[in-house]
Amino acid sequence: MLFFSYFKELVGREVTVELKNDLAIKGTLHSVDQYLNIKLENTRVVDQDKYPHMLSVRNCFIRGSVVRYVQLPPEGVDVELLHDATRREARGG
Amino acid sequence: MSGGPGLETLVDQTISVITNDGRNIVGVLKGFDQATNIILDESHERVFSTKEGVQQLVLGLYIIRGDNISIVGELDEEIDSTLDWSKMRAHPLKPVIH
Repeated sequence: MLFFSYFKELVGREVTVELKNDLAIKGTLHSVDQYLNIKLENTRVVDQDKYPHMLSVRNCFIRGSVVRYVQLPPEGVDVELLHDATRREARGG
Repeated sequence: MSGGPGLETLVDQTISVITNDGRNIVGVLKGFDQATNIILDESHERVFSTKEGVQQLVLGLYIIRGDNISIVGELDEEIDSTLDWSKMRAHPLKPVIH
């Protein structure tokens, strides 16, 4: 639940999503749901020469289960707040 | 748009699906559910290889199980029509390793 809320705060930011098939996609975060499925707008694949498969895709839905990393904009991360929230979650309350 | 990143905005549009085994299937989205199971109409597979250009295999009406889906992309037909896929060479995408 914590990361769902967290990603919701990042809507509108530019992120890079790295998938479990090594594909990395950069785009503007449009929305997230409970499964951490992600919708990106204005997408481009990071290495387009190697991966031309999505050249004609500008908006895409990424299934949460295939996401390996989400690279965030540094200014979008309040590390202190995340620390506190994760510790609270770990304590179970 | 309210709610999460559902696929309702893509219904009746041409989409490009990348599956966990690295295949790329293009077709018209007819239906979907919570588990991202997808119904595709008039679909074809785009087979990438380094030896020759992209081959298009006609598949027709297809149901893809959500488990096996990585990406559902909205195909921009304007951009797509400017690309000559028959001259495009690339390695097939790698399968997803969980």
